[in-house]
Amino acid sequence: MNIYVLLKRTFDTEEKITIAGGKINEDGAEFIINPYDEYAVEEAIQVRDAHGGEVTVISVGNEESEKQLRTALAMGADKAVLVNIEDDVEASDQYTTAKIITQYLKDQEVDLIIAGNVAIDGGSGQVGPRVAESLKIPYVTTITKLEIEGTKVTVIRDVEGDSEVIETTLPLLVTAQQGLNEPRYPSLPGIMKAKKKPLEELELDDLDLEEDDVEAKTKTIEIYLPPKKEAGKLLTGDLHDQVKELVTLLHTEAKVV
Amino acid sequence: MARKVLVLGEVRDGTLRNVSFEALSAGKTIAEGGEVVGVLVGESVSALGQELIQYGANRVVVVEHAKLGQYTSDGYSQALWAVIEEEKPEGIVFGHTALGKDLSPRIAGKLNSGLISDATAIEVAGGNVVFTRPIYSGKAFEKKIVTDGIIFATIRPNNISALQKDDSLSGEVHSLTVDIKDLRAIIKEVVRKASEGVDLSEAKVVIAGGRGVKSEEGFEPLKELANILGGAVGASRGACDAEYCDYSLQIGQTGKVVTPDLYIACGISGAIQHLAGMSNSKVIVAINKDPEANIFKVADYGIVGDLFEVVPLLTEEFKKLKINA
Ligand SMILES: Cc1cc2nc3c(=O)[nH]c(=O)nc-3n(C[C@H](O)[C@H](O)[C@H](O)COP(=O)(O)OP(=O)(O)OC[C@H]3O[C@@H](n4cnc5c(N)ncnc54)[C@H](O)[C@@H]3O)c2cc1C
Ligand SMILES: Cc1cc2nc3c(=O)[nH]c(=O)nc-3n(C[C@H](O)[C@H](O)[C@H](O)COP(=O)(O)OP(=O)(O)OC[C@H]3O[C@@H](n4cnc5c(N)ncnc54)[C@H](O)[C@@H]3O)c2cc1C
Repeated sequence: MNIYVLLKRTFDTEEKITIAGGKINEDGAEFIINPYDEYAVEEAIQVRDAHGGEVTVISVGNEESEKQLRTALAMGADKAVLVNIEDDVEASDQYTTAKIITQYLKDQEVDLIIAGNVAIDGGSGQVGPRVAESLKIPYVTTITKLEIEGTKVTVIRDVEGDSEVIETTLPLLVTAQQGLNEPRYPSLPGIMKAKKKPLEELELDDLDLEEDDVEAKTKTIEIYLPPKKEAGKLLTGDLHDQVKELVTLLHTEAKVV
Repeated sequence: MARKVLVLGEVRDGTLRNVSFEALSAGKTIAEGGEVVGVLVGESVSALGQELIQYGANRVVVVEHAKLGQYTSDGYSQALWAVIEEEKPEGIVFGHTALGKDLSPRIAGKLNSGLISDATAIEVAGGNVVFTRPIYSGKAFEKKIVTDGIIFATIRPNNISALQKDDSLSGEVHSLTVDIKDLRAIIKEVVRKASEGVDLSEAKVVIAGGRGVKSEEGFEPLKELANILGGAVGASRGACDAEYCDYSLQIGQTGKVVTPDLYIACGISGAIQHLAGMSNSKVIVAINKDPEANIFKVADYGIVGDLFEVVPLLTEEFKKLKINA
């Protein structure tokens, strides 16, 4: 089985976020595999171990993304592909990313594609379904369980807390929701092996794409931090008085009740 | 520039979701004087058409089919695609709900268009329709415009005000026949967690419990408080994982995103994944026995104390307030 994982390198949003020159300041920031993509890598490895085949991890990004791809290889993926768009693409959005990934995948034998349901930085959840649509294959988003028997696939989809049991077939794209599995940590031998696993680096040219083909359809015109909240008011004194004061504040100052 | 804008009316349990009325209001802003066309998709939904008109649609297109009783991406995208081909809109708005999130990227992919997901505000400025949306798990915001093609957006529930309902309005509800072909993914079973009462993502008041609630019974005082305030009960992942409550109550990055007027967090530490789902709330109250808990950093008001003491006292005080009012 040929399994592909779409992996995004993201800013660790647990970190403090600051803005410099109208952009999110990346100096000294921590970058990670998007957490939902970790579930995707883990699931891909488990499917391969059960059914045979190969796991290829793809990322569209810059040369720094190699680090996250190596981590996925250390977890157990077999191959990685990095499409480095840093020098070619000035304006990128979800259309861009999906177009590039599709262009790469359309020439591969694909059985299963696993993406994350959302990237914690960009937060749109668009890339997976866009790729499936362009490849004309079915997709199921936010899955918490995946079972494959031949070409028949049964998944459980999380829908705002309800679950749907869905039957579909390969080739298929799914997006991973929290609860799908517990991603493993890369082992030391895994990390050693990962260094020798193939990591192919491509640019737009190699995919027969021009910058115009992937030009963004949307544009960010401003990035800002939410207005700094005044330090919240910690109430003090006797608990009964605190509660009375809180109710008064909510009623007369905040006017929400 | 006047535009024709399609707005999808999302139906749940036979009624329109509030976010659809908000989407009509967003559609009106994007239309800049043009026409707002409501779209209804389902097995038997045309009776809801007039309500879309009363909330701002100029007219409504309905696609009804036996295969559309339940949402599936294959079925709905065929229905919507037929409407798009017939209407050739210049703008489209969905709610950023489970359905909207699943369907919108597919339609945008087919249209080769951009898509602005999870918008919390829309304005027309400098000749552009400008969308605001949270990024970095809600720690920052971006303003975005569409530079090429159709203006397509999904909107976060409870952020953009719906227009006042006008019962005197009526308009054309036109039905479009679409032959819905094979569905490649079939729903075999739906396990619905009966979430009683107010819809969490649309509630004006949310009382949320975390691992500090300690048990299923521990949620009882929170339910009482929610009742008094006409609100809904929510939870952190911690509480769901510990099986104190159902996952349908989960608030956060993997759960529901809520923007109520008042959010009361009880025994929740305030992990970033939780904050991503509630930090936009207008007023946040934290009740936690640990004064160092992260939740106090986003709270407008905080009480350091045992929630089992504080929450019942709060319920009593709100009761008094209601009686005096
Ligand atoms: C060099 C560079 C320049 C950029 N410039 C801009 C810019 O100017 N403006 C702007 O708004 N954005 C820019 N981006 C960000 C990028 O366009 C989006 O973040 C990206 O399209 C994904 O959107 P999202 O974060 O909403 O992901 P989502 O759609 O939420 O991601 C869902 C899932 O799709 C997959 N996925 C997402 N992104 C990738 C990826 N890159 N590679 C592989 N799989 C992926 C993952 O499985 C992920 O879990 C830039 C990115 C790069 C690398
Ligand atoms: C990929 C990913 C996605 C996630 N998505 C989500 C999500 O969508 N939503 C979410 O909530 N989490 C999510 N999480 C989990 C998140 O990281 C936290 O683990 C979780 O939010 C913790 O829940 P909690 O605050 O209830 O528990 P804890 O962190 O254990 O906090 C319990 C709090 O209760 C307080 N307390 C205890 N007893 C009392 C008492 N008697 N009175 C008052 N206070 C008391 C304690 O001081 C403590 O602050 C996600 C994690 C990951 C990795």
